[in-house]
Amino acid sequence: MDIAIKDGKVVEKVDERKADVLDASGMVVMPGGVDIHCHIAGAEVNSGRLLRPEDHVKDVEVKTALTRSGVGYSIPSTFTTGYRYSRMGYTTVMNPSMPPLEARHTHEELDDTPMVDKATYPLLGDWWFVLEHLRDGLIEECAAHVAWMMSATKGYAIKIVNPGGLEAWGFGRNVENLDDPVPHFNITPREIVRGLCKINKLLNLPHTIHVHTNNLGKPGNYITALETMKCVEDLAEGNRPIIHITHCQFCAFKGSDWRNMSSGAEEITKYVNHHDHVTLDMGQVIFTDTTTMTADGPFQYGLYNLTGNKWVNHDVETETSSGIVPFRYRRKSAVHATQWSIGLELALLIEDPWKIYMTTDHPNGGPFTAYPNIIAWLMSRVARNKTMSKISKRARRKSLLPSIDRELSFYEIAIVTRAGQAKALGLTQKGHLGAGADADVAVYNVNPQQVDPSKKYKTARKAFKRAAYTIKGGEIVVKDGQIVKPVFGKTFWADVKTSLPMEVNDDLKRKFREYWTVEYENYPIPDRFLHVPAPIPVKAEV
Amino acid sequence: MITLYPKRLFKVPVEAECISPDVFAEKSAKEIAALQVWEGNRNRTLSDLFKIKHDAVSSSEKFTIRICGDVSKVRKIGAKMSMGNIIVEGDSGMHLGEEMDGGVITVTGNVDSWTGSMMKKGTIEVKGNAGDYIGASYRGSTQGMSGGKIIIHGDAGYEVGCFMRKGLIKVYGDVGRFAGIHMRNGTIFIKGKSEGRTGAQMINGKIVVCGHISSVLPTFTIDDIRPKVKVDGEKVEGPFYRFIGDLADGGNGKLFVFKTKNPHLSFYEEYL
Repeated sequence: MDIAIKDGKVVEKVDERKADVLDASGMVVMPGGVDIHCHIAGAEVNSGRLLRPEDHVKDVEVKTALTRSGVGYSIPSTFTTGYRYSRMGYTTVMNPSMPPLEARHTHEELDDTPMVDKATYPLLGDWWFVLEHLRDGLIEECAAHVAWMMSATKGYAIKIVNPGGLEAWGFGRNVENLDDPVPHFNITPREIVRGLCKINKLLNLPHTIHVHTNNLGKPGNYITALETMKCVEDLAEGNRPIIHITHCQFCAFKGSDWRNMSSGAEEITKYVNHHDHVTLDMGQVIFTDTTTMTADGPFQYGLYNLTGNKWVNHDVETETSSGIVPFRYRRKSAVHATQWSIGLELALLIEDPWKIYMTTDHPNGGPFTAYPNIIAWLMSRVARNKTMSKISKRARRKSLLPSIDRELSFYEIAIVTRAGQAKALGLTQKGHLGAGADADVAVYNVNPQQVDPSKKYKTARKAFKRAAYTIKGGEIVVKDGQIVKPVFGKTFWADVKTSLPMEVNDDLKRKFREYWTVEYENYPIPDRFLHVPAPIPVKAEV
Repeated sequence: MITLYPKRLFKVPVEAECISPDVFAEKSAKEIAALQVWEGNRNRTLSDLFKIKHDAVSSSEKFTIRICGDVSKVRKIGAKMSMGNIIVEGDSGMHLGEEMDGGVITVTGNVDSWTGSMMKKGTIEVKGNAGDYIGASYRGSTQGMSGGKIIIHGDAGYEVGCFMRKGLIKVYGDVGRFAGIHMRNGTIFIKGKSEGRTGAQMINGKIVVCGHISSVLPTFTIDDIRPKVKVDGEKVEGPFYRFIGDLADGGNGKLFVFKTKNPHLSFYEEYL
């Protein structure tokens, strides 16, 4: 089968005599990879870089004639991030959790991340205006406000992190469950999630709400995760997803404390298998030294108490919070090994690959460069058993993995690494190779007719590590795992057209003056600020 | 034995990780001359910067590199070496014997900062003074010196043995502030004065100060007065105040301070 490409798009047919032909026979051809959740840019990522010189010294990339120098490992510098994604055949990367106040910084770094198209999700779950509007039941006004925020921060989707908990963290507290009121706002996490979910529908945003649940990283939190999914169940229409639970591994812990912590993957997958309104991503753990960074300040503080490691914690004015703690996942730790197992259990027990996507929540579960290893675990029982034999005995005894025979095929891998993610993101021109799609193609040097990935997982892993070719916008940018042409990627943002524009009154300006360090006039980012802006027009229902 | 003579006075830092018995031992004279080094941002060969003289071939166990002249701008001499000897007749630059895994380095002059950082085994002996961060970890890391021995006959700078995990550092002169900061284990012996804040955030290990110390951190508590203390199998005559700390980090490190030289600390005796 041939794939015809013209002017950066996949087309039905081209003039074969004039076209350049790329022979990919005996190889796997997939659309360019799409990553739905990966912290690659912004204030917290950069603070993480500053915090960890010892992370960079062991992984240095030397300048070449085409590429810039840079450093890794768990928080690579911007250019290196772009190159490394491209070498693995990825062409679209989504940066979650951008504090709106740090939008400028985030976009500057995204502009400096070459080779991939990208977008970023502003954190709106603890934004004071959102909380105030939702408390007063002003859904439509709030929707207009969110639409303005998308354009002001050049954001793509609504990100909610520990709803209510981050606001409470400003007072040294956290919320315990979905019905625990947020101090001074008299609103509960349930109302925040439901409210923003309704707003997301009113605005017709391309992606669903992107939720990092309450109680993340605490034993017994699978109940909170299930409740979060259930709390919007009645808002679903048809089989369209309306909520994305991100890095689900971190919110699928069972047990009452760390000693009896076990996997809650079974309960979560059972629910997800029977409901169509939820999508998940894995947040797989890799056994390595990494840097955890989330907007979940209280969670990161807990992690600091657990490890005693160096840490950063920050309260972003009236918007959100954040924290960073370096972390090492160890095979021999029962908790870490159980976490490793949970991620894979989720991916394998959810029957429909269109509902679960492969991520490491880079760099929280491990660096994105470990994706080929996860692919090997998903495709091969032998690979899983091999790692299984090296992990903590206690974790091994409790793990569900030995009872799971499922091995994903190349088709299913294509879904969990690109097609499903593109669909969930509403990126209609990504994740497939039909006519009209962007000409983002990844070619991997492994022959599916000859290589059985369940046995020869090492061959598959090697192929996914170094793409034979990566084509971005119709141009060959990577050949045999080497960058041959550096290119800029686009920055998508949701250009929401509302019939009722947000009212900019004196009250709003006064609030900006009183609450923020930035004046209202300086807050929005102009379109020309982005290197290659790609607004996605969205027609809202309000 | 191979002798290196600097051809000129270096003005910018030279990164010469290749000056190590492990690298030289398996190479011919021609290959050694062609080894790559960085002078500032310029790539050079070893023979561009040094005159290289080969003496009678010795067995690899006693493989010796002698450097005659001022190499105070040359960094990473003996980095990652695991055997043989390096003798520097003059001053040496930063990161001498970084991540060293065996062998002996002797310096007749002074050494700069980061000497013996992250070393695992072997011995470094310095006749002159040393800079800061002797036997420390890499910036940001918690993996300091994990074995071996560093002996400084002169003075040492700040943060001697930062994040040290094992091994021995002996300083016969004075030390700057924060000797033994973040120390996890191992021994630091200071014959001279200490500028203070010794053992800040130490978790375990032993620091012996034989000279004057302006004060002991308030997060240390007095435990005992000892007539003598053992350092590397040898007894050092006291008497010593023994402090336990750093309690701010729940530490159980031992800080020995010579009693006679520190009469201003006698008020601690009330708490015994």
